[in-house]
Amino acid sequence: MDFTSFLSYCLAGISVGSIYALIAIGYTMVYGILRLINFAHGDVFMMSAYFMIFAMGVMPWYLSMIVVIIATIVLGVLIEKAAYKPLRTAPRMSIMISAIGVSYFLQNFATYLFSALPKAYPSIPVLNKTIKFGEVSTSLVTFITPILTIIAVFILMFIIKKTKVGMAMRAVSKDFETAQLMGIKINDVISITFVIGCFLAALGSILYFTPRPSVYPLVGSLPGLKCFIAAVFGGIGSIPGAVVGGFLIGLSETFIKAAGYSEFSDVFTFIILVIVLMFRPTGLFGEKMSEKV
Amino acid sequence: MSNKTKNLCSLALALVIVGFIACSYYMTDKTSMIRTVLQLGAIYALAACSMNLLNGVTGLFSLGQAGFMAVGAYVFAVFTIPVSKKAGVYYLYGVADWLKNIELSPFIAMILGGLVAAFLAYLIGIPVLRLKSDYFAIATLGFAEIVRILVASSLFNKITNGSLGLNSIPKFTKVFGLPSYFTPFIVVAICITIIMLVVRSTYGRAFKAIREDEIAAEAMGINLAKHKRMSFIISSFFAGVSGALLVQYLGATTPTTFPIAMTYNILLIVVIGGMGSMTGSIISAFLVTAAKEWWLRFLDVEHYIGGFHIPLMRTGFRMVVFSVILMIVVLFWRRGIMGNKEFSWDGIYNFFTGKNKKKKAKAEAAEGGALNE
Repeated sequence: MDFTSFLSYCLAGISVGSIYALIAIGYTMVYGILRLINFAHGDVFMMSAYFMIFAMGVMPWYLSMIVVIIATIVLGVLIEKAAYKPLRTAPRMSIMISAIGVSYFLQNFATYLFSALPKAYPSIPVLNKTIKFGEVSTSLVTFITPILTIIAVFILMFIIKKTKVGMAMRAVSKDFETAQLMGIKINDVISITFVIGCFLAALGSILYFTPRPSVYPLVGSLPGLKCFIAAVFGGIGSIPGAVVGGFLIGLSETFIKAAGYSEFSDVFTFIILVIVLMFRPTGLFGEKMSEKV
Repeated sequence: MSNKTKNLCSLALALVIVGFIACSYYMTDKTSMIRTVLQLGAIYALAACSMNLLNGVTGLFSLGQAGFMAVGAYVFAVFTIPVSKKAGVYYLYGVADWLKNIELSPFIAMILGGLVAAFLAYLIGIPVLRLKSDYFAIATLGFAEIVRILVASSLFNKITNGSLGLNSIPKFTKVFGLPSYFTPFIVVAICITIIMLVVRSTYGRAFKAIREDEIAAEAMGINLAKHKRMSFIISSFFAGVSGALLVQYLGATTPTTFPIAMTYNILLIVVIGGMGSMTGSIISAFLVTAAKEWWLRFLDVEHYIGGFHIPLMRTGFRMVVFSVILMIVVLFWRRGIMGNKEFSWDGIYNFFTGKNKKKKAKAEAAEGGALNE
């Protein structure tokens, strides 16, 4: 592997990794607050791609991006209100089953509405422009993805660290019931979490599908799983952890593909998960949680 | 109810079920929907019971069911494809040398499928069973994905035939001199009986103790690691057997026969039946299969009343309705059909005479002003 191709693989890996990071943040925030693996998150990501196809049919790309982001957020909050809120006091297994049910529903619903056949993703000419750095040529979207991700993460960190809403979120993720007793409106905080998660998923979806040709109803399930693994890898509940995990998974996956083992890249991702969980169950940046009797 | 009447009732019920299955064979023709539903329902009942043993009884939330079923199915398929047909099945990649002249009897192959699945469960159980609930779910889900990817990968082309999949798998064979139609029922009945016996044994009680409270169970002297491993292995064995049955029913298999959606399907059967209730799983397996394959089929076809085109109905609508029903069950009827209780004549009796309710009302009245939690 010469240096040029090494660089272009790095760039591709970082680009994919930053999309994984965006989605992994959605997982990690929801898990941090609700202690729920939001199995539907990958499918929200998929629905967002379909929204884009329809939005691009009637309006220019900058408007459709806004519409897609809003529609995805509405979908996410709707899911939370309909499927997770009634189960707040239920055992954790029920709420997880509910998440699986939502994922199952979204996949079937998308198959019904849009058929199981792949649909072409609209190309956004501005983003698909080819740019060159010395000998490495790449499309603009590959290049701006990591930049956008880092900006998004910084804004998010600011919200969480410095604003009142962020403080409420941190409180809720530390202790659900005490936070409630302190006058924090749990439901609002959870809704905001879903708004942020879905915003990032919509952003990730636009960036993920622009260089890829097509969308089909099951397209979200595998990236969704990988992003959850990224979140676990970085330490669930930790946003910087999710970002680092996303980058690492994206990079390792790209290099395994480059080495000619593309069939096994997903296998490798899952093996990483098991190894991480065995030796460091809290992930890279996770907090240690003790179990109360 | 006295024991004698209970035994009589059980005998009568067993006769009715056997009679019904026999009728379904002798009164219907080959293409009948009842046959499909009963056979498929029985296979799913076994898959659901094996998942229930792990998820409902032991409280280990596993999502690896489809993976273990795929292992059982492939082991069965690889070892039972007739030697004469092997060249045709593996026309593209050729067949591995050691496999060329192997053709096992279906029953041995079925048990072998279960054993291989159980052995894999033992192996992956070593790291995975140490994980806590959600992580365990994701790790087992990952295992199922790995199985699917490996089966389809070029590494095993000469054994699993890659993404082309296997066909010419023998259909059900005769057992006890009965027509082959009854084979799945007999195998499933034996397997479920064994699962039920396990649940009622001391091991089963230990599993339930682990489900209720791990720490308390450990304090009572239950070896957590050992019992979790045992539950995982037994469950995987029967998942493998159910996969082998399914592949006999289908006659062919590809890596996409066992997607994650298969696990979800079986999980939802378990949830509708009630987590922890084997009889619930059996009932709901038949109900869900019948609804999915038969009663709700009409939703997939476009209908007209006179000249009026009924909106919404077209291919795929059945699955949407189905998933909505499942969501409703999950949200509003969390106990499922049987809760975590098993079927019992006392339960039925009390249900109709309303004894339970009276008892409850009395108990509540006795508690008086005690605070509800």
